[in-house]
Amino acid sequence: MVVEKVDARGLPCPQPVILTRRALQTCDALVTLVDNETAQQNVTRMAERAGCTVRAERTAEGICLHIAKAAADQSPAAAVAQPVAASPAAGAGPLALVVGSEFMGRGEDAELGSILIRAFFHTLGEVTPQPDVIVFFNSGVKLVVEGSPVLPDLLALRDGGIEILACGTCLGQFGLKDKVAVGVISNMYAIAEAMLGAAKVVQL
Amino acid sequence: MLRPLRDMFKPEDHPRLLVGLEVSDDAAIYQITDETAVIQTVDFFPPVVDDPYDYGAVAAANAMSDVYAMGGEVALVLNIAGFPPQVPKEMIGEVLRGAGEKVREAGAVVAGGHTVEIAEPLYGMAVMGLVHPQRVLTKAAAHPGDVLLLTKPLGVGMVTTALKGDVADPAHVAEAVASMKRLNRLASQLVQRAGGIAACTDITGFGLLGHGYEMAEKSGVQLRFRFSRLPFVAGAIQYANDWLFPAGTCRNEACYRPKTTFEGVEEEMQMLLFTPETSGGLLVAAPPDRAKALLARFAEEGQDVWAIGEVAEGAGIVVEA
Repeated sequence: MVVEKVDARGLPCPQPVILTRRALQTCDALVTLVDNETAQQNVTRMAERAGCTVRAERTAEGICLHIAKAAADQSPAAAVAQPVAASPAAGAGPLALVVGSEFMGRGEDAELGSILIRAFFHTLGEVTPQPDVIVFFNSGVKLVVEGSPVLPDLLALRDGGIEILACGTCLGQFGLKDKVAVGVISNMYAIAEAMLGAAKVVQL
Repeated sequence: MLRPLRDMFKPEDHPRLLVGLEVSDDAAIYQITDETAVIQTVDFFPPVVDDPYDYGAVAAANAMSDVYAMGGEVALVLNIAGFPPQVPKEMIGEVLRGAGEKVREAGAVVAGGHTVEIAEPLYGMAVMGLVHPQRVLTKAAAHPGDVLLLTKPLGVGMVTTALKGDVADPAHVAEAVASMKRLNRLASQLVQRAGGIAACTDITGFGLLGHGYEMAEKSGVQLRFRFSRLPFVAGAIQYANDWLFPAGTCRNEACYRPKTTFEGVEEEMQMLLFTPETSGGLLVAAPPDRAKALLARFAEEGQDVWAIGEVAEGAGIVVEA
């Protein structure tokens, strides 16, 4: 199978989308290289709407978007890739961090839980591997809104290229939809996809 | 962005500034006498179309639009221009001619300006307009029950983006350019002549949802748009389905998606509504009886207008299918 490569670094939108679409007409799988989040988002959403699967990988060169037509899933390359993705130890594929509570751990001391979660996000920027996506749901969404004790850390993580998703239903439940200060308000479809599509899910 | 200035200029020290400091809107308004207030605004951007004459005309219509959104008439214009040294003089002349003819159409005058050498072309205007202080149209006057009117089709931002990507149909470009060159003057005059209070703003860089949200927020109401009633220039929907969104769409989306609820609107069409517009139409909120009269007056004058939704109690924006 031919895997074409599209280098869209340095090109303004919608150029990365146009080049990717063009390449998709002649091949079943390709890698689009972009250098900013907007281009990543635009190419990813276009490709997913066109029925492709997209996997993002951060490299020294930039953000590599591995795009494959759905029908190409049966191809030898995808079959080889699968066992790797299924093995968390290999570290291939996205790493998802899920945060289902505003507190860390399950002890009864809420204050301790709050101290721990602040320390966790404060430290997260300095550890490897970094998550590719952080998903906040249930009372965890309280961490992405105005006044959150971990907001500066989350903003820095986002600026470092980590995708942040917050459950829209949960935000609605707590009446916080207008207060979101970092991340993308997301639905269960996107959240399920981020978790199930990850090579490794770490629950806080 | 203006936050550092807030502490420097106190509203109480500048009582003649009706709009600009604690109340912001499409332009600043400074009262001179009981009968006269000055509207001051400035706007400039890089080329959105290939033809220099059209670029000048679009930039002029866009810059003057803020005055019309506030219910005024343009009086005086100064050019703001920057061009790379290798751009031929004739081409710069065409930009200025395109803009000048629009200013003349507005019944105003270009009285000078300033040009510098820069790496990328930039053109726009500092515009001075006049309005009766009691007749200012603001974003803050929408009330539950009002009908929402729009005076130009949406989607020119999709066409100019496709043009930049060399994938635009020339027929689509021609229609989008004609729409961007159209002044909001007659639309503004018709709203003024209808009398009474109406909320008004123009649809530009923040797109329908961004500018709509500003109106909702400043008026303390909810704006409800019906997607099926929204007008679009030819090609806009096609380019949106091809996902040819400019970076500005994502910026606007990041800002305004949290304020917007979509009911049965496809993702591409949602993104289309976040897309920046250039020299878009006026968005007007008026009570049902006055909106009905306005629709009739607009039709008599041959001025485009669409009823695209209504104002409700609440907050934010709702887009129904």
